[in-house]
Amino acid sequence: MTEGVGSLAAGALRRPALRRLNFVDAFLWAFRLAVILVVVWGTVGTLRLGRYTGEQWVDFVVFGLAQGGIYALIALGYTMVYGILRMINFAHGEVFMSGAYTAYFAAAPLAASGFLNQHPILSLLLLMAVAAAVSTGVAVLVERVAYRPLRRAPRLVPLITAIGASFFLQYAFRGLYGSGFKAYPEFELFKGEWQVLGVGILRTQAVVLVGAAVLMSALYQFVMRTKVGKAMRAVSEDKDVAALMGIDVDRIIVLTFAIGGAAAGAAGVLYALVFKQVHFFMGFVPGIKAFTAAVLGGIGNIPGAMLGGLFLGVVESVGPALFLDGLGIVAPYQLKDVIAFTMLVMVLIFRPQGILGERLAAKRA
Amino acid sequence: MWRVGLVFGAVACFLSLAGLVEALHARWVVDGVLSAGQVLVLAVFVASGWTAAERSGWTPAGRLGAGVGSGATTGFCVGLLVWLAAHVNLRTMFINASPALFALLSGGRPPGEAWVGAVLAGGALGLVGALGQVAPSGLIRPVLVGLGAAVGLGLFQDLILLILQPEGFAPVRDWLFVAGGGPTARGAAVLFVISAVLAAVHPALRARPTRVLRLSPRVRRVFWSLVGIALLAALPLAGGPFVAQVLVIVGLYTLMGLGLNLEVGLAGLLDLGFVAFFAIGAYTVGLLTSTGEHGIAHWSFWAAVPVAVLVSLIAGVILGIPVLGIRGDYLAIATLGFGEIVRLLVLSDALRPWLGGSQGVLAIPKPVLAGFELSGPQHLYYLTVVASAVVAYVAWRLQDSRLGRAWMAIREDEDVAEALGINLVSVKLLAYGLGAAFAGVGGAIFAVMVGSVFPHSFQLLISIQVLALIIVGGMGSIPGVIVGSVVLIGLPELLREFGEFRFLVYGAALVAMMLLRPEGLLPAAVQRRELHVLEEQAEPALVAGRDAAAEGGS
Repeated sequence: MTEGVGSLAAGALRRPALRRLNFVDAFLWAFRLAVILVVVWGTVGTLRLGRYTGEQWVDFVVFGLAQGGIYALIALGYTMVYGILRMINFAHGEVFMSGAYTAYFAAAPLAASGFLNQHPILSLLLLMAVAAAVSTGVAVLVERVAYRPLRRAPRLVPLITAIGASFFLQYAFRGLYGSGFKAYPEFELFKGEWQVLGVGILRTQAVVLVGAAVLMSALYQFVMRTKVGKAMRAVSEDKDVAALMGIDVDRIIVLTFAIGGAAAGAAGVLYALVFKQVHFFMGFVPGIKAFTAAVLGGIGNIPGAMLGGLFLGVVESVGPALFLDGLGIVAPYQLKDVIAFTMLVMVLIFRPQGILGERLAAKRA
Repeated sequence: MWRVGLVFGAVACFLSLAGLVEALHARWVVDGVLSAGQVLVLAVFVASGWTAAERSGWTPAGRLGAGVGSGATTGFCVGLLVWLAAHVNLRTMFINASPALFALLSGGRPPGEAWVGAVLAGGALGLVGALGQVAPSGLIRPVLVGLGAAVGLGLFQDLILLILQPEGFAPVRDWLFVAGGGPTARGAAVLFVISAVLAAVHPALRARPTRVLRLSPRVRRVFWSLVGIALLAALPLAGGPFVAQVLVIVGLYTLMGLGLNLEVGLAGLLDLGFVAFFAIGAYTVGLLTSTGEHGIAHWSFWAAVPVAVLVSLIAGVILGIPVLGIRGDYLAIATLGFGEIVRLLVLSDALRPWLGGSQGVLAIPKPVLAGFELSGPQHLYYLTVVASAVVAYVAWRLQDSRLGRAWMAIREDEDVAEALGINLVSVKLLAYGLGAAFAGVGGAIFAVMVGSVFPHSFQLLISIQVLALIIVGGMGSIPGVIVGSVVLIGLPELLREFGEFRFLVYGAALVAMMLLRPEGLLPAAVQRRELHVLEEQAEPALVAGRDAAAEGGS
């Protein structure tokens, strides 16, 4: 999924215009330097303090990877939709929420009947299937109602319907399922730690990591190997030519939403395993972070989304301790999301093409 | 026909399970006969018939048939839900699937019977909807207006009762309303007839070339502004503190809407972190005037307001600089990120010594004007109205100025605007700064209204609400902002039961507005013209190349 050369050239052309704006440039450099300074200062401070043991750092990283795997799965939905429609599916966080929240109503009776702990793997797969099905349904519905009629509208219009759809879904699920937190049942099998290479790893996190890795590789293979995947890549390259080649573009777009939704739903169950509760508003923050992950990796780029997700997860998990503790900031964990959002803003400002740098649509970005 | 029926059936089931029907059931439209919840369900059925009839381009008889079929299908779905509820405990999943809801939907009959009843009633209501498509349009409008007025009487009975409070109105009140209950049947019926007749006569009146009073447009404008001012001044006196409170909130949202309108409506910069500037205005006033622990200056409100506006303006510019080079949806997300960063920082313990963390800044004194304390909502109302009027005037002057036209130019196409010699940097920064300053005024008033500021008051929700109101009102249009905040903020405040569903409606309104009426309720002239030109151009393209969909706009 690569962008045409035209937009890269347009990006290059825009440069001189920005060059003239000296005070803006200076401001941006000051911003960069300030962030770098905070990071370096904080890191040095923390390491000198030596408050955390090596094992704790490993814990942070593993937790970050598990969380990052979840972000990566959600990010796939953003990135695939962006690759094809060049739009941000703002409601994708709610697609994620809908699956996880609905799967709770399957998990609760399973736990009550004891089935959950007799067949934990089967139950987990079952829950993921339920969540994926619901999220797929919601994603396809949103596409049908809020995006498809506006395929040719000015750019602001689908973005606004996306925000509306996101809001609508949040409060629709609040109305349907109530506004309280629901405690996800715990798997007995996944309590405690496993020893991997002499390091203790929380079992839930290992399960989440493995689950995310399996799903991501399956999805990647699907996009790269199957005929439908090929059609999706063709549509993201050029819709008109793809249509001329006999590809039903509308069908492929629906499929893209469906697959992104399914991945988000499955991610929802993994998220619930880690955080052990679901709520109607739970989709917002992971949604934004997954979007950050998608942009970090280069939006429209599937391996990029995976990489971006893992990277964001680790930074967010290690960051508060590493960067902020050393600055003597009180309760740095409260600022975990600030780190994520700062990364989001920084990447949007300084490197909208992402780490893998495949596309920069200056006109669109 | 079946598909339309099924879609509306799903809508009816969703509205029921989401709790909207039951919540509105608590309010009588006609006391003892019809509740707002029932009206909602009936409306879904009628809409089902109406839509099906619209979709089928057959003879009138065929259209009526389609309406009946669609309505009956919708009824089948609702009947299925009732039947299901009788056999499965839906409540373990759907919190609002209460027995009361199903008693309401089934009319108290056993589920099997109710199912048949729902299909029959659905067919009949579908027929009514289809009749609406077949009947001459001269008849439909008055009926709709009349129904709207009758339902409005029920929905806004609290407000109407408040206005009718004085003893002199007692006969009218007793005639319209059952004591301690909803509107009487005769009241609703008479209101229906009166407004229907007025609606029927209205176009005829307008069409008459001669007017009784020949006034120059200028005189007429002065006359109507005087009437408007008198009404604005009298409203809180007639309605009491509750109405004044609602109006203050409407005013605050109007202030924010006017600010965001500069950014989104005129300059086309979608800002989702807008609430941050409202927060900055509120916190500045809070910190400067508070007599509590976090107060730093103990200034008076009047001295603090200009500072708050200035601080917001500077904040707008500072947050605007980094995002200068970002466009479209990336801009929306980046500003959302900034808004959240501001909120999280304020909320954090790290800044608690200065900003109070989640406890916020307390003990903000009320403004004192010439020895007279503006304490209650009725006093603050006038402050808000004056502030809104000033800001609206500034916005109005800006709109047609050189700067306003530059904003519109960059909204249409940044590259072309730049080529035409518009300095993108200063023009964009002015949009961010002035928009933020307007929000800062709102924040300042908010701080004294509540008497304290908490980070919790500045959620993303507010940004979305403000965005929704300018879109519903009409992007780029100042009257649109006012209409939008009255419709989206004021009306739901008056509808108590509706409270927790308002956000659901906002979301739906954003989508529906973009699909059906992208120019908003009261559009700016330019926007209206443009969007309709766009439509005309888009139509043939849609038909010709539906499948060969190219990337729109690029």
